[in-house]
Amino acid sequence: MIKSIKTWILVGFASLLLVACGQGGGGAGSKKSKTLDNTKKAGFVKCGVSQGLPGFSNADASGNWSGIDVDVCRAVAAAVLGDADKVKYTPLSAKERFTALTSGEIDVLARNTTWTLSRDADIGLTFVGVNFYDGQGFMVRKNSGINSVNDFRNGISACTNTGTTTELNMRDFFNSKNISYEPIAFEKADEVVQAYDAGRCDTYTTDKSGLAAQRTKMSNPDEHKVLPETISKEPLGPVVRQGDAVWEDIVRWSLNTMIEAEEYGVNSSNASSLKDSENPAIKRLVGSEGELGAAFGLDNDWSLRIIEQVGNYGESYKKHIADTGILPNRGPNQLWTKGGILYVPPAR
Amino acid sequence: MIFKKFSIENKKARDLIPQAITVLALLSIIIYFATNAQINMGNRGISFGFGFLNQEASFDITFSMIEYDGSHSYGRAFLVGLLNTILVSVIGIFFATIIGVVVGISRLSDNYLIAKVAEWYVEIFRNIPLILQIFFWYFAALRALPLPENGISFNDISFLTIKGWYVPKFIWTNFNIFLLSVIAAFIAIYFINSYATKQREQFGKQLPATSISLATLILIPLITFFFLGVSLTFEYPVLKQLSSTVYTYEGGVSIIPELIALALALSMYTATFIAENVRAGILGVGKGQKEAAASIGLNKNQILKLVVMPQALRIIIPPTTNQYLNLTKNSSLAAAIAYPDIVLVFAGTALMQTGRAIEIISITMLTYLTLSISISMFMNWYNKKMAIKEK
Repeated sequence: MIKSIKTWILVGFASLLLVACGQGGGGAGSKKSKTLDNTKKAGFVKCGVSQGLPGFSNADASGNWSGIDVDVCRAVAAAVLGDADKVKYTPLSAKERFTALTSGEIDVLARNTTWTLSRDADIGLTFVGVNFYDGQGFMVRKNSGINSVNDFRNGISACTNTGTTTELNMRDFFNSKNISYEPIAFEKADEVVQAYDAGRCDTYTTDKSGLAAQRTKMSNPDEHKVLPETISKEPLGPVVRQGDAVWEDIVRWSLNTMIEAEEYGVNSSNASSLKDSENPAIKRLVGSEGELGAAFGLDNDWSLRIIEQVGNYGESYKKHIADTGILPNRGPNQLWTKGGILYVPPAR
Repeated sequence: MIFKKFSIENKKARDLIPQAITVLALLSIIIYFATNAQINMGNRGISFGFGFLNQEASFDITFSMIEYDGSHSYGRAFLVGLLNTILVSVIGIFFATIIGVVVGISRLSDNYLIAKVAEWYVEIFRNIPLILQIFFWYFAALRALPLPENGISFNDISFLTIKGWYVPKFIWTNFNIFLLSVIAAFIAIYFINSYATKQREQFGKQLPATSISLATLILIPLITFFFLGVSLTFEYPVLKQLSSTVYTYEGGVSIIPELIALALALSMYTATFIAENVRAGILGVGKGQKEAAASIGLNKNQILKLVVMPQALRIIIPPTTNQYLNLTKNSSLAAAIAYPDIVLVFAGTALMQTGRAIEIISITMLTYLTLSISISMFMNWYNKKMAIKEK
């Protein structure tokens, strides 16, 4: 018996270490980028997305992905490979996402992921920017008589997703209000929706954009409402592996290009006609001035391709978030020049 | 002379060398993978260590058998998850065994209806994937339950609702004394039974050992209530309004629906396999045994209890051990319906919050390994006890 226990423990260790050793990738931070080389060799960008969140990353019936997170992947593909469609999407649960990235299964994680200190610093990840400023809210039934978070009472049950910052914010919030609550955390969003819809919990809490998107999945969406309060900051953005500075820059500036393009009024239909613009900032964006692409080992039209094939941030937001009725009002996700907080460093 | 010890002619050495080589090979594989993982993690700036277990978990858990809230550590959260896994496994094993034995015996019944019902039960429940059964019990059966304000009332002391089954809470005074008395009762029962066995084997006297044991189990703890200051009061759940249409129950104990659904699914599913083991065990006992028992005048129940079952158990126990192990491991499907077992709490939330995949997955694997080995060691002991003893 003892011998067989020992053997099993050894076998257990061996197999878990097998899981641990990932593929190669992510070399040292020199001018060369292993991830870029591998991506060019493979001919597609390996991108991790959600398992289905309308507006952010959602596949239609024929398996075509769309959403503002998906557009980040498409922008990177347009910049690096010249074709925004050359993306291989990997749907990931909240739990799997970081391991998939650190192990090299994906090279970009664009999956409505909140930028926090511990994630950025602790687990081998680097956040490259913010493509959606979100905040956590609560959904309740309209007839519940709950009109604000101040109407919550001891004993309320709250459904949410496991493995997200939501779970932590929920605790901080109820603790600060000194309310005892019953937390019910599911692994997948669909099950949260089903359980809340069935009446298992009194409120459903997650990022407000998520609430708006999930409400459409309820058996009767009109019976539910989102409370006005926002209880947390949720800057959502794309993530890359630590240790490949060039790749990190490519993803960061692919996103920045989309936002900067909106700021200068460059969009998918007028981009190529603006090559001879008077404004040097616009000329740099469409690649007719400067040698910006060379800094990452790309050609000079990388940003033009992003704008032409994917569009600027405003177009992406309108198409995926506003026109789908998820959040028609841009709120903080408006340019800094128009009262929002979208502000990116200049591309020069 | 000393060289002979290591020469190839020495049987001991001959036996030992292949084993040593195997262990060495295994070790080098492990070291290779460990180094590989270490290098890869180093490249990506990931540290390795178990220090995080002392950090504050800062997430809450629906249901815990020990005191826990988010200010406790990840280590404590692990313990909560582990206890919840053990709880659902124990409940599942208990009911799976009872249902399994009843159904297994029913399948051999002379009554056509009973036999057919048992057969259909087995065929249906063992052929549907377990995860679907869990979803069925949780989402389909749960949906049918009423909201708290219309909860199904059992005599106004217990309520079944979509939010869970609210039962009265036991409030003990001098619980320790009561516990000791129960232990004392069991010790007494052990002696009563061994005395009864002795009487039967030596003098052929039949003592009503079962009835006496039962009486002991009731009487000894009862005495503590009257003479030793033990008392028990109940705290009943009371409906509480949270807002115009939102209700819940306060007081009492809430058995969460996730636990009910999971325990139901696990026991109904595993019971089918146990039922088949029981049937195989009974059919495996020679016909002559039953005929011989009948010929000395035992009735049907006595034949089953005294002649067939003791022999059948030897066939039933080993495969049933496998089912117990399966049930325990299958309980990890809990994550799908938010039952806070070790996989959801520790390999889920804690893994996500800390990002320590290797550490957490290895702890979780070792935990399941330990659980499984404990169960199989216990069952091996029981199996040995039930094996044929020559007298």
